[in-house]
Amino acid sequence: MEKVLEVKDLHVSFKTYGGEVKAVRGVTFDLHKGETLAIVGESGCGKSVTSQSIMRLIPEPPGKFDGGSIIFKGKDLTKLRDQEMRKIRGSDISMIFQDPMTALNPTLMVGDQLTEGILQHMKVSREQAKKIAVEMLDLVGIPSPHIRLKQYPHQFSGGMRQRIVIAMALVCQPEVLIADEPTTALDVTIQAQILELFRDIQKKTGVSIILITHDLGVVAQVADRIAVMYAGKIVETGTRREIFYQPQHPYTKGLLNSVPRLDVDGADLVPIGGTPPDLFSPPVGCPFTARCPYAMEVCDRVYPEKTTLSDSHGVDCWLQDERAKKLLASR
Amino acid sequence: MLQYIIKRLGSMAVTLLVIITLTFFLMHSIPGSPFNEERATSEAVQKNLESYYHLDEPLYVQYFLYLKSVATFDFGPSIKKSSQTVNEMLGRGFPVSFELGMVTLIVAIFSGILLGIIAALRHNGIIDYLAMTIAVVGISVPNFVLATLLIQQLAVTWGLLPPATWASPKHMILPTLALATGPMAIIARLTRASMMEVLTQDYIRTAKAKGLSPVKIVFKHALKNALLPVVTILGSLAASILTGTFVIEKIFAIPGMGKYFVESINQRDYPVIMGTTIFYSTMLIVMLFLVDLAYGILDPRIKLHKKEGK
Repeated sequence: MEKVLEVKDLHVSFKTYGGEVKAVRGVTFDLHKGETLAIVGESGCGKSVTSQSIMRLIPEPPGKFDGGSIIFKGKDLTKLRDQEMRKIRGSDISMIFQDPMTALNPTLMVGDQLTEGILQHMKVSREQAKKIAVEMLDLVGIPSPHIRLKQYPHQFSGGMRQRIVIAMALVCQPEVLIADEPTTALDVTIQAQILELFRDIQKKTGVSIILITHDLGVVAQVADRIAVMYAGKIVETGTRREIFYQPQHPYTKGLLNSVPRLDVDGADLVPIGGTPPDLFSPPVGCPFTARCPYAMEVCDRVYPEKTTLSDSHGVDCWLQDERAKKLLASR
Repeated sequence: MLQYIIKRLGSMAVTLLVIITLTFFLMHSIPGSPFNEERATSEAVQKNLESYYHLDEPLYVQYFLYLKSVATFDFGPSIKKSSQTVNEMLGRGFPVSFELGMVTLIVAIFSGILLGIIAALRHNGIIDYLAMTIAVVGISVPNFVLATLLIQQLAVTWGLLPPATWASPKHMILPTLALATGPMAIIARLTRASMMEVLTQDYIRTAKAKGLSPVKIVFKHALKNALLPVVTILGSLAASILTGTFVIEKIFAIPGMGKYFVESINQRDYPVIMGTTIFYSTMLIVMLFLVDLAYGILDPRIKLHKKEGK
């Protein structure tokens, strides 16, 4: 599999009045060509910060890049000058944000907002740009695009706006599309349509997608691979099948158990007890220790090494250690 | 749109009628009359004068007579300067006042917005503090104080600019500066605040994610949204500039309308009071109307005509 994007040991923190928040603490993952990688985790685990760091959209200050590298087409994005980064934003890597209601400029025509990206990155005339915009709106399923181009965002429904945002992200045929909770603000029927659209577009354009979400239902529908994030670290990665059928990390298991099930009669909803750790002073050991039903002494003191279970499946957990298996058996 | 404009014109006429009525009766309720002077006039002369200007008629008759002449755009003769009509006075004073007001407004708007943008982009930096210090000084120092200081420094001490009168563009600099500083400061502070808010909006992040340059982001995406609150206060700012001109015209000996306005009240020159009041009110009402129109152009979500959309 060809790697499009490689994130290695990414560290990002934020300066606040209360101190420094270490939001991302050594995140490493690859994105393969044409796949959908889902990054899942609860609120505040660093999913969005990770994705915005790839685009270098973290405002500095208060944000601060503390180390690591993001390799795209042989270039380390973290080392590019602003001007070089602007050429990549929107043309090679583009992004879809969570809330379509606020992601569009209310005072500019939709057509204007679509074509400005095209005009920025491609050498085309205004007329050609308009043509591309119309084709794009057509692709994302907006009827009578010619008329719609001259309308303002408030004249569209939420689902329609998200389609426009998606069209906007795709106009320059990027290789990587980062979608930060693209369906969270939409109602369920529209969610399904948008996910369908993602699959459709990926088939047509071969774009690689990083999907950030906390919704495992969404993940189950569209993801090829899944990275589970907790307290600024990726704790488990694997294919969709591996994560859903053989989850290894207690946090992944907890996440899967806390999804409401309609197919099992009388199934209880099992939440994960406790709250994520304070990232002002992140724990030295595994951050999940305090909430983990299998926690051992070592967990609190040393962060576990990554255990590779298969080519695609890896997990950071002491339970994978031979000694832990013996200990648990003796309990 | 046309329907809206027609409706507005109608309500503007009503507003003006209310202003005329109120001013007319208030003016006549002030004790004294144009002919109450220390210089003694014989009773016969007084009677004659009063009947010439219809001042001996009951008030409501005078009111309707006045309305009738206003309807034909005739503001009557001046009582004090008997050789002139109010129309002539306005015709002479208005172009000067208008020029001063407009230049001031333009200077205040452009420099204010520019200062605000710079301050917002460099917020909490040295430039920001500098700009906001200028703004605070501009708001707190009254224009007549500023005017005298400017005359003292720039005209008298350094001799760079003419201290008074209205003859060449050079003469316009000091009065414009004195008049524009206050409104400019208000606009700058407002622009800074709303610009800073707009710059944190999601659609600005979207624009950044498209790879647009900072200049494009500020001027294309942020400015239009940031200007909405500024446009809102333009109407009342225009009013303050208009009233500010009375004082500034007096200080700089500018032959505008302000002089007539102030003198007429002291002298109970009824037709001149009414004429200048109507004139100023009309300008203000038109200004507010233009602001409302501008609002609709800046923000497509604001519908000026009802019964569309939701």
